[in-house]
Amino acid sequence: MTYLEHIGKYFIMLGRVFKKPQRAGVFREALMKEIDDLGLKSIGIIMFISFFIGGVIALQTALNLDSPFIPDSLIGFAAKRSIILEFAPTFCCIILAGKVGSYITSSIGTMRVTEQIDALDVMGINSISHLVLPKLIATVFFYPFLIILAMFLGIFGGWIAGVLSGLFAGTDYIIGIQTDFKPFLIVYAMIKTLVFSFLIATVPSYHGYYVKGGSIAVGRASTQAVVWTTILIVIANYILTQLLLT
Amino acid sequence: MIEVKDLHKGFGDVEVLKGISTKFYPGKTNLIIGQSGSGKTVFLKSLIGLHTPEKGTISFDGRINTKFTEEEKQQWRQEIGMVFQGSALFDSQTVEDNVMFPLKMFTKKSKEEMLERVNFVLKRVKLENSNDKLPAELSGGMQKRVAIARAIVMNPKYLFCDEPNSGLDPRTAIVIDKLIQEITDEYQITTVINTHDMNSVMEIGEKIIFLNKGKKEWEGTSDDIFSTENEAVVSFVYSSNLFKKVREAHLNKTK
Repeated sequence: MTYLEHIGKYFIMLGRVFKKPQRAGVFREALMKEIDDLGLKSIGIIMFISFFIGGVIALQTALNLDSPFIPDSLIGFAAKRSIILEFAPTFCCIILAGKVGSYITSSIGTMRVTEQIDALDVMGINSISHLVLPKLIATVFFYPFLIILAMFLGIFGGWIAGVLSGLFAGTDYIIGIQTDFKPFLIVYAMIKTLVFSFLIATVPSYHGYYVKGGSIAVGRASTQAVVWTTILIVIANYILTQLLLT
Repeated sequence: MIEVKDLHKGFGDVEVLKGISTKFYPGKTNLIIGQSGSGKTVFLKSLIGLHTPEKGTISFDGRINTKFTEEEKQQWRQEIGMVFQGSALFDSQTVEDNVMFPLKMFTKKSKEEMLERVNFVLKRVKLENSNDKLPAELSGGMQKRVAIARAIVMNPKYLFCDEPNSGLDPRTAIVIDKLIQEITDEYQITTVINTHDMNSVMEIGEKIIFLNKGKKEWEGTSDDIFSTENEAVVSFVYSSNLFKKVREAHLNKTK
């Protein structure tokens, strides 16, 4: 299958995803389950990584800006910008692509190879919409909150690192994070998060839904899904940055 | 009644079904038998609409399925029950949720009414008190019974089973076969079973069609199969010594 065929098939799949759910009650149940599986169960890892990476960003910035001509508040400013612009939306979404993407592909792929998707089709259910739409809505609505949490914890982690290491004063760091605050940068980060969330839900779903074979094929599809989601996030990041910030 | 006329289906250059015509009657267990690769699964999947035939028609009580409007197709889908080879139960849902799923999707029954119906069909397949179990907690035979319960919960007119007793021990396989036969008779369902289990052929084969290389090679009942001279059928059905002896005993008895 050529790349062009995959792209065509992916967009045909998207066309079938956006159909009105057959039963609102069943859809609501599925949505709640997906919010739990894809969102709530990812809070722990995002909190952990954000806090420590935020600390590392602040320490690295402090170590690299070791000059009497540069005010210490610049450390907080640079750490805030790095976390809001790139670390929280892009880095966290790449982590989520690995964690959630492989889960989505393997769960849908297993349903494919064990004929559960055929069972849905025979019943007259739009299986693509039934399986993918709740995941898509769960990620697109929940991940912005997760990324905002990552921003807070990353910046907080930077402050803690500074205080504990003694490399910079906590007050200077707070002055830095308050300096030149541009709300558009949060909007930019949220736009990126929405696009990345869409990719995290749909690309692994595509790989899982069209898997052929057995358990090895499902494993291979999971790996491919994570690789392609990551590649697409990186490309989308470049395009969005070019469009929104230049 | 399901009537198949001149059914053709292929994948790429490979023609899998080469003009199959037959009829399946209500209240009877209709069996499709044949070697692996003979086209049984493709035939069954064409009957249930998972494959679109390239040529030929399949009509359900006079309604041709390829000519259905979206609404008619939806209605027809609800008249179908399907038992998959691996049961195809939704593994994240309990037995009760699995069986209730079609009711939730396609009826406006209250929760109590749905539960009543679920308990009725679970009782019918002799699986009371298993409502809260997950499919992984059940044996293969029990999973098949849940699959049958889910297939009949909407009162289908047509029941399709893809190798319903594969992977089961002979005793459980007979229990499943008998259950399908009883349900078929009780609700006058048109049942089509895809199998290569010779015990099923002998036990419940009210009508049997034998597929060979994508063509219908032979058609008859479980009694006819003892006396047939068709070489392909004889070499397939009586490939084991046990069945050869059964056939000889049957022929000696009827002489």
